[in-house]
Parts: sequence; structure tokens; C-alpha cells
Amino acid sequence: MEFFENLLGPAWPVVWTLVKILAIVLPITICVAFLTLAERKVIGYMQLRIGPNRVMAFGMGWTAGLAQPFADVFKLIFKEIIVPTGSNRFLFLIAPTLSIMPALAAWAVLPFGPEMVLADIDASLLYVLALTSMGVYGVIVAGWASNSKYAFLGAMRSAAQIVSYEIAMGFALVGVLMVSGSLNLGEIVRAQTGGGFWSWNLLPLFPLFLVYFIAGVAETNRAPFDVAEGESEIVAGFHVEYSGTAFAVFFLAEYANMILISALAALMFLGGWLPPVQVDSLAAIPVVGLLFGPGAHWLFIKIAFMLFCFLWLRATFPRYRYDQIMRLGWKVFIPLTLVWIMVVGVALMEPVRSWPPFSWWF
Amino acid sequence: MSFQEIVFFVLGAVLVLSALRVITARNPVHAALFLVLSFVAAAGLWLLLHAEFLAITLILVYVGAVMVLFLFVIMMLDINIDRLREGFWNILPIALPVAVLLLAIMGATLMGPYFGLSMRPPPPEVAEGYSNTRAIGMVLYTEYLYPFELAAVILLVAIVAAIALTLRTRKNTRNIDASVQVAATREGRVRLVSMPSEKKGVSAPPPEPELPQQPPPQQPK
Repeated sequence: MEFFENLLGPAWPVVWTLVKILAIVLPITICVAFLTLAERKVIGYMQLRIGPNRVMAFGMGWTAGLAQPFADVFKLIFKEIIVPTGSNRFLFLIAPTLSIMPALAAWAVLPFGPEMVLADIDASLLYVLALTSMGVYGVIVAGWASNSKYAFLGAMRSAAQIVSYEIAMGFALVGVLMVSGSLNLGEIVRAQTGGGFWSWNLLPLFPLFLVYFIAGVAETNRAPFDVAEGESEIVAGFHVEYSGTAFAVFFLAEYANMILISALAALMFLGGWLPPVQVDSLAAIPVVGLLFGPGAHWLFIKIAFMLFCFLWLRATFPRYRYDQIMRLGWKVFIPLTLVWIMVVGVALMEPVRSWPPFSWWF
Repeated sequence: MSFQEIVFFVLGAVLVLSALRVITARNPVHAALFLVLSFVAAAGLWLLLHAEFLAITLILVYVGAVMVLFLFVIMMLDINIDRLREGFWNILPIALPVAVLLLAIMGATLMGPYFGLSMRPPPPEVAEGYSNTRAIGMVLYTEYLYPFELAAVILLVAIVAAIALTLRTRKNTRNIDASVQVAATREGRVRLVSMPSEKKGVSAPPPEPELPQQPPPQQPK
């Protein structure tokens, strides 16, 4: 480390930050690739099929199916990008970038462990919320620039849906920051330390957790809220005119957003990098004990579980009707979060605060 | 030139150019997108002033919500740009003095002896661990509590008024009441009628001739 520091001189901080950014972005991209495979496999098994089981890496039989995402990526890269007649060329080509940028930039403030964070900023929760709210531009611009009625309808649906569910999502986060007393994601996780599973935000904020997760599913335009794509109604929605790499970037953005929402849910409600059961005697074992203590692996397990829930929802529920989506967002989720914020407010005040079970949490 | 100055000039240039394009762009959608760009550049400038809460709120509220709805409306409208530009030369004699006057006022404010940039000291260096967000929260909920709550109530009234002005229920609407649907029970929908399967003393009708089976007609929903 010191050798490189001396070698590069003043350029060292920039290079080191770039290395850290790459260390976050590259694994996310690989995770996205394998998440598509996991989705097809999980949904396949839920529907009593096997899923992709042909493409193997370097002729090794045990990898059968594992190389499927790479085959998909190469197929998409070598396809022609068609820019439709009458479309706005610049906006048409910049829209996929607008949609992937916030999904990746939000990872800058996500802590993976007690000290493992790229930018430990004060208002990191607000930063994440601001960036996720910018993701809708990719969809709107794509729908408008395509000069296609289907794409435009998809974009309009998506814009209304994302703006509606953002309010419920923001209110759910208000509950989290009332309990933690901080906007910093690291502090939010640290406020959940203590009795393992029982001191996570999951139990006191359970309705907010449900609202946050369902609003997250709606924000990422995933089934059962995928009216923006709605194959049976408007072909493929906002990306109907996209092909090749431009389509692949939209695809990447959707899955990166899924991982981001799962990571945020794990950090804010499921205790982030904290283990579910804190056993000091197990954590004291020399090497194996690291697995039982707090660490990034717990965060990854929780993210994986939340992602599985995303796939589970998609395999289980039929698509919502549009007016029902709006009703759920405005008439169910927003009142529910408002009521629960009041409940949390009362529970945080002094006489109630020191009674069990509130004294365990706050 | 320090790194901060380079960032300032880049953001400033982006802000000025995109603000110019907002009023010169021919396509309204492009103008709205340039407005989004200028908001982002302004948020960057605020970040340079250590006003991270304001910067993020600008992105969250204006870029994330307000401009999305703006774009939503502009894209839906059928705007004829040529017709919008028709009266340009007629309006110009009135508009030009107003614009010049406005520019003069802005210039006087920025360059003048009382409000000029030289009168504004640079923001003081903040101590380690100082939280901008916490400071705004403390002021907002103690000193400015009543104005804050008043503003909130006025906004609420505006929301209620906007909805009350536009909400009208038509008689022939096929609107579905979800609570009625959820509250529906089996007893309210299905009536079980006891029908004896055959009558005593009546012989069964003769078997019909074999016909190719027709699918039963679809029940209209």
C-alpha cells in the first residue's frame, strides 16, 4: 500500500477511490448476471420445470446452466442497436445510462461492514432516496424518445407509479430514522446492536418493513407491479424499441435496483452486518468464530434472502390492475405508514419508552 | 486553481448554459430536461457550500417529484410549437423592457453596495462532526415551528382544494369500490335452490340423436 502511495504521489487518492469503486461495481455486475440465472431457476422450480440447464462453461459438465447469463450477454452485445425513425436520437441513447446511473451511484454510501464504506456521509439515507427517485428519468425519457405509443404508455404508467410509491417509501424511512436518530446508514445499523435478532428494527417497525419492501418492488417495476412493461397489454412497455446493448443496460439497471432495494432493506430493518444471534463463546473461536461475529457475510445472506422474496413474489402473484396499484399506494400504504409513525412517536416518549418491550428496542 | 474551484466553474458553466437552453430550446420536453440539468448543477453548487441537506432535498423534491410530473404533463399535451411562437414579434415591445428591468434589478442586487458578493463572507469552516441536517432540524422545529406548521397547513388546504375542484363522480362510471368487493360473502352471491333431480312417474325423454359436441357459449361477464 505504502509503495503505491509513494509511486503515484498526489494522484494516489483518486486512483485508490477508483479501485474501491471498481471493487463495488464489478461484483454488482456479476451478481446481476447470476441473479438473472437465479430468477429463471427459482421460477422454474416453482413451476415444476428445471430452468436453464444447457450452457456450460469450457465444456465442464457440472457447470451446465451456470454459463447461461454469459451466453445471454454475448448475444445481446452482438445484436444491432436499432434507432427508430422519428425518435430523438440523443435522448434515445442516453436513456439507458440515466436508468443505470442512480442504481450504481447509490452504492457509494452503503456500508458493508463496520468500517467498509466508500463514502461515510452524514445524510446517506437522504442521498440514497434522492438517487433512487432519479431512476424514473431513464424510463420516462426512453418512453418519450422512442416515438412509439406503447413505449410512451409504459413510461406514463411507470412515472405515475414511481412517484406514488415514493411517498410511502419515504414515510417508511421516516420511521427508521426516528428509531435510529440518524440519517447515516452506518449509524442506523449500529443502533440495532444488542440482543441479536430481537433488537433489529424488523419487529418494532414490521408494518413499515412490509410497506418499504412492497414499495420497493413497485419502484423497480417488478411483478406484480410491472404494468410499465405489461407484456400482455403494451408489448414491453418503455423498452419496446430497444435492442442489443441498450436493452441490456435497461435489464442491468432493473436488477441492480433490485439488489439495491434488498441491500437497503437489510441495512435498515434486518440489522445489516449484525448476526441474528449473538453468541460470544462461538465468536471467540479463532478462525470459525469470524463467521459467527458481525461481518459483511451476514449482509450478503440477508440481501440474498430479500432477492429470493423478489423472485418468489414474481412467481406467485398475478399482475395488479392499474387502479388497484394506485389504490394500494395512496389509500392503504400512506395511511398505514402515517399511523405507524405516530405509534413509533408515542413509543419513543419517556414513560412508554422505558416499559418492556419498548425498552429493548429504543 | 484548487480542485474545488475547478468543480465550481464546471458546475457554474453547466448551470448557466442549461438555464439558457431552458428558454431557448424549441421543444418543451427538451426545455424541461434542461431545467432538470440546471437543478442538478445547482445542487452540486450547494454541496460545495457544505449545504448537503438543501442540495439533496433539491434533488429529491424538484428533480425526483416535481419535474417528473411536469414532464408527465408536457409529454401528454399536444403542443403546436409554431402556434406558440406566432405572437413573438407583437409581444416583444412589452416583453423587452420588462426583461431589461428584471436584469437591472438582479444586477443591482448582486453588484450593489449592500447585497454584493463582497458583503457576503465565505461560509465559516465547520467543526468536525457538525451536521448540517441536524442544525436545520433544530432551527425548524424550535425557532420557526409556527411558520413551518402554518406552511404545512396551507399546503394541506391547497391539496384538499385542488382535489375538491377536480373530483366529480359521473353517474355512468364503472368505478369499483374495493371495500364492497372485499366484503362480499358467499351468501350474498350464491343462492342454493333445492331442485329434485327427477320427478316420480315421468319417463325419461328419449335420447337425442348424436350430434357433434358444440362448446358451450361463453357466459358474458
